[in-house]
Amino acid sequence: MGARMLPAGADPIRPLETTAVTITVDGETVTGITGQSIAGIVMACDQLELRRTASADRPRGVFCGIGVCFDCLIEVNGVQDVRACQRKARDGDAVVTGGKPSAHGGAE
Amino acid sequence: MTRSAVIIGAGIVGAACARSLVMAGIDVVILDRGTAVSGTSARGEGNLLVSDKAPGPELTMALKAAARWPDLVRELADELGDDFPSIEYEAKGGLVVATTEGGAAPLLAFAAAQRAAGVDVRELTITDALTLEPDLNPAITAAVHYPQDSQVQPVIAAEALLASARRHGARVMQSTQLISPILNSDGALVGVMTDRGELRADAVIVAAGPWSGEVASILGVTLPVRPRHGMVLVTSRMRQRVFHKVYDADYVGAVGSGDAALQTSSVVESTASGTVLIGSSRQQIGFDGRLRPDTLSELAAKAIRLFPFLADQAVMRTYGGFRPFMPDHVPLVGADPRLHGLWHATGHEGAGIGLAPVTGDLLAALIGGTTPDLDPTPYSPSRASLAPYLAASLDAAHFDAAPSAAPPSAAPPFRKSVA
Amino acid sequence: MRTVVIIGAGPAGLAAALAARVGGASVVLLDSSDALGGQFWRHLPDTRPSRSEKYLHHGWAKFQTLSTSLESDSGVRIIRGAQVWAIDTINGVRVHAIIGESDGTQREHETFVPDALILATGAHDRTLPFPGWDLPGVFTGGAAQALAKGERLAVGQRVLVAGAGPFLLPVAQSLVRAGSNVVAVLEANRFSHIVRGWSPKPWQLLGAAGKGGELAGYVAGQLRHRIPYRMGHAVIAAHGTDRVDSVTIARLNADWQPIVGTDTTVHVDAVCVSHGFTPRIELAIAAGCGLTPEKFVAVDHRQLTSVEGVYAAGEVTGIGGVDLAMAEGEIAGYWAAQSSADQSVAALDSALDTAAAHETSGAKDAPASALRRRTVFAGFARRIEAAHGIRPSWTGWLSDETVICRCEEVTLGAIRTAAKRTESESLRSLKLSTRAGLGICQGRMCGRSVEQILCSFAPEGALRDDASTDNRPIALPLRLGELASRLHHTMQGKEHHD
Repeated sequence: MGARMLPAGADPIRPLETTAVTITVDGETVTGITGQSIAGIVMACDQLELRRTASADRPRGVFCGIGVCFDCLIEVNGVQDVRACQRKARDGDAVVTGGKPSAHGGAE
Repeated sequence: MTRSAVIIGAGIVGAACARSLVMAGIDVVILDRGTAVSGTSARGEGNLLVSDKAPGPELTMALKAAARWPDLVRELADELGDDFPSIEYEAKGGLVVATTEGGAAPLLAFAAAQRAAGVDVRELTITDALTLEPDLNPAITAAVHYPQDSQVQPVIAAEALLASARRHGARVMQSTQLISPILNSDGALVGVMTDRGELRADAVIVAAGPWSGEVASILGVTLPVRPRHGMVLVTSRMRQRVFHKVYDADYVGAVGSGDAALQTSSVVESTASGTVLIGSSRQQIGFDGRLRPDTLSELAAKAIRLFPFLADQAVMRTYGGFRPFMPDHVPLVGADPRLHGLWHATGHEGAGIGLAPVTGDLLAALIGGTTPDLDPTPYSPSRASLAPYLAASLDAAHFDAAPSAAPPSAAPPFRKSVA
Repeated sequence: MRTVVIIGAGPAGLAAALAARVGGASVVLLDSSDALGGQFWRHLPDTRPSRSEKYLHHGWAKFQTLSTSLESDSGVRIIRGAQVWAIDTINGVRVHAIIGESDGTQREHETFVPDALILATGAHDRTLPFPGWDLPGVFTGGAAQALAKGERLAVGQRVLVAGAGPFLLPVAQSLVRAGSNVVAVLEANRFSHIVRGWSPKPWQLLGAAGKGGELAGYVAGQLRHRIPYRMGHAVIAAHGTDRVDSVTIARLNADWQPIVGTDTTVHVDAVCVSHGFTPRIELAIAAGCGLTPEKFVAVDHRQLTSVEGVYAAGEVTGIGGVDLAMAEGEIAGYWAAQSSADQSVAALDSALDTAAAHETSGAKDAPASALRRRTVFAGFARRIEAAHGIRPSWTGWLSDETVICRCEEVTLGAIRTAAKRTESESLRSLKLSTRAGLGICQGRMCGRSVEQILCSFAPEGALRDDASTDNRPIALPLRLGELASRLHHTMQGKEHHD
């Protein structure tokens, strides 16, 4: 149950050949299809949570999916505030989820 | 004997005056042509600074304010209760650094003069400065710590003062347009006519910030208060990496300057919500609030010079506002010598948030006839340095009376009417 | 040669680009994504070819014709990955873009000083807050569609689609075609209200045959997949610890007040909720364009805004769907390509005889077919609003703990307290007192809801300052280092004055 990619064989649009893109998500190696967003690759593993909120420590994931809500912010290659739904994965990207850009005194 | 007052302008200075007056037993009506706490008070950083002020009347007032704020915050919290939004008072201290070889000596000389005037000034070694601010650019050439610098959330501070004034009986009239003065047969000001009717009062107080010149002109006198535009950048939230108010020493020069051209200098600080504020530009361009990308770029470049890690941080917002600029850089608090019944509480430039409570207390003492605990002479509208400006006639000078004023064409038409 | 800069490469922007080319202008087409088509024609990247992608799209052939034609035209400069972060008006209208990967660092700056600018920035889903709407697994309809059409990813296996408006149907269809089981589609408006909204002049709908055909296709799909369509119902809460596992649905009265005692729990692993659309108007505001009372960009019959040389087309001028967007784009492109001298002559003709001008297909007005389509589909757009617009009592499903501003986690209770305690009539003051709308999305998600809620708490039911939640002078975040590096670019004269 949950988010998942439609298997190519079951897809009525009859997909052609694709290539793989490999990234790490919180240290674990994850493979997606070249051209996918980082959000798409993470969600295809049925991981919906991408960060925690600063005040109430609540989980957040993709909400609007088109780059306007900024809820899916992750860290990519050491740079924070990257919208996972907008950023196309590149081989070797090191993704950190669970970021908590915090108010005073909090941890990162 | 003064029993009633009308305050024009419901920003933080008007709110503070209202609170002080009403607590002194005077009936108070505050009116604003727009909504309360929506002008300059809602567009600044909430600085309560001593560090940027040279010895003189403004510093004297700032020192008084620095001592007053902690008590005021407690008084307001007691009065308004826990569910009123927090003023976010934070005595975080300021750190002023020089970023050039040539900038070190002037900063240390400035600091020495401030120490002589009673400011708590601590010269730091570069190592000590980096202990206070580990992410600061290590290439700085001098650093001075000012423990008295502090900060509030300016909108909530202003709303709290206003709410307190209301609790003590002040009446707030928003969306009320000032139309004309009401003069008695002696030519004294005894009230104002508004679009909601007549308001009679023994004292009429101009507290309209950068719009004070226009208000004064409706009441029949010139006032050399001019708008000085500023812009601030706001970053996205981050782990706290800036712990004080950190200034490039050239900020001090920009604040004190009367130059109309654009000046930027770095002021970098964290807020309670986790953002970093980067200020601020100073430019005399009339009431022209249009976005200026080059100004933002200069602010960004100078902030990165202080904190190199900021280069990769996202800037998510910008806002701007107008400061009430005085040609002699001293706030205007007291009775207008030209029109009996007219008082001023304005001209605080970028320091109005911090200086508002002391301004209110001073004005209330002057109007109420008690002894102020601050010598009022330097702030008086009768002071010598203002004489040439006050002498200008309305017809000849409009309200841009100062010699270096921008030509009227530089100021686009501004919001419909004045209160 | 005149240069027309177009922001947004969705249906309106593409149609505008083609029309501006036909009119003889050179075109710069900017889009923040790395593909043409906008949200409507969001599709798989070139690296993921397929034999029949048209199966996922309405009007796919039209899109392919447009994009092929523009891509092969040397008079069109298409700039992908162009994030327009500001427009300033200090020295004419200048468009500031930063070009490179989304949210990158050290991207390239480019500033455009166009002869004419067309804003085709579209709209995004508007989702009203409800308890639990911040949980992972709650999506907007647009998110479900973008992931389904752009990545072939289903956001959930057992999904409820809810909200208001005909655009819920294509959301359900996209989900089904990505492999989801759609449990139901809930439309908040009741049957009688929808019928009233659609029906006053039903013959006008016949004119919108293409649009009717599009919707008929969705309805057929809905029936084929046996998806229940329930009117007068809404999702009023989402539940789960770290992700959605169930939702509460309830019947609503005509004003969207939940009816007590009608709650039901439905187990789902995802829920897609959209109550309409919010136009993306911050760049129009930055350019100084006037707005309509409904807060869309105001345009005249030429699609010209209140600012000389600045046009707007598509959802920024009103929510009307793809056909209206393309008709408006075509008209905007036509006029943007004309020199201002030609425009004055045409405007004069038009003023002398507006009706005649609209009917001619001569050189003095946009193509008659575009004008006709605009008239037809504009009627359709008004009908959608009448039938499916947001009703005021939705706040009845909120509790004091409900997060209203997602970015800053501001609850309804916090907003109420600040409003009551300050007695403020100022949106600016209340935003700053509560932080509602001050987060990194800059009020895009919550702004209009915050305004409605604050008005309801204001002393006389209204806010009276001139502040807005739509004003975003920095339209998109950029890195401070990038902002600083602009200075060098400007000094090197990298600005375009074409």
